[in-house]
Amino acid sequence: MSKPRFVYVTYIRTTPEKLWAALTDPKTIRKFWFKMTAECDFKPGSPWCLKFEDGRTADSGEILEADPPWRLVIRWRNEFKPELKAEGFSRCTIEIEMADYYPDFGGKAAKLTLTHELEGEGTKFIEAVSGGWPKVLSNLKSLLETGDVAFQTKLQRHG
Amino acid sequence: MVDISWFKPKTVYVTYIASTPEKIWQALTSSEFTCKYFWERDVELEPKPGGAFVLRLPDGRVNVRGKVVAYEPPRKLSVTWQVEWPEEFRKLPECLVTYELAQAGDAVRLTMTESHSWDVPDAILTGGRMGWPAVLSGLKSLLETGNAPAIKMEPPAAMIEAIRRLR
Repeated sequence: MSKPRFVYVTYIRTTPEKLWAALTDPKTIRKFWFKMTAECDFKPGSPWCLKFEDGRTADSGEILEADPPWRLVIRWRNEFKPELKAEGFSRCTIEIEMADYYPDFGGKAAKLTLTHELEGEGTKFIEAVSGGWPKVLSNLKSLLETGDVAFQTKLQRHG
Repeated sequence: MVDISWFKPKTVYVTYIASTPEKIWQALTSSEFTCKYFWERDVELEPKPGGAFVLRLPDGRVNVRGKVVAYEPPRKLSVTWQVEWPEEFRKLPECLVTYELAQAGDAVRLTMTESHSWDVPDAILTGGRMGWPAVLSGLKSLLETGNAPAIKMEPPAAMIEAIRRLR
């Protein structure tokens, strides 16, 4: 059995540079990540954390790799749900590429591949992020393509 | 009727779209939309369980053929999926593709589930795991912006090799 892991791919009509900028700019992050605040300078070795609107820490960790605009690796642990925190650290890898495309149809797109896996054993954390990432990344895609997120109203964050 | 009790979900893709279930249903079931986000394929669908389902290439050849298993607009569409082109893909047992739509706040959640009735090797699943994100990202872009990127893609070499090894 391989370890539980979540993989998500999406194609976004933008450039790798704009996609990287959106993923690492706290103001933009707040728009597509349901008002979460990222505290980080996105440099290798830097601490990283995500906070709720009310200031509580949701997740924390550190930046393991940052190679703009192609690759970002975050060591990541949930901090607000004891049963998720108990599963320890995970690794979230975001890879960005230029997609190969047919120029006559719809134009260029960047490909984003997100892989999230636990360092140790457990299933609850990966289950939680499997529900969360499609919402966050759908919002990000809408924001970059239309200027607006997909969810105008705030959804409760569960993961 | 098709017995689907043997089919187990192997690939799931979820996306949230700023649209309505009715419009997404139309995008899944009418060629006017599929030809823009599904590599120019037309869709033919008899709107009832047991009805015929076809995805057709621009030159008229059949790409995928199947039967409608569930037809519940605008919530659930499920079809069996037998690839007829490329020709060597005909060796693959049919799979089951299910689309489910649900309101989620002011967006709509689209869930695509690809299910298989046999112990399908991972190498064969890579085809769908590469293809669905491109197709469904395109559908989302098309409905939200009027334009879908057409991503170039070939079946992965490992998948073709695994199909060749099938008896």
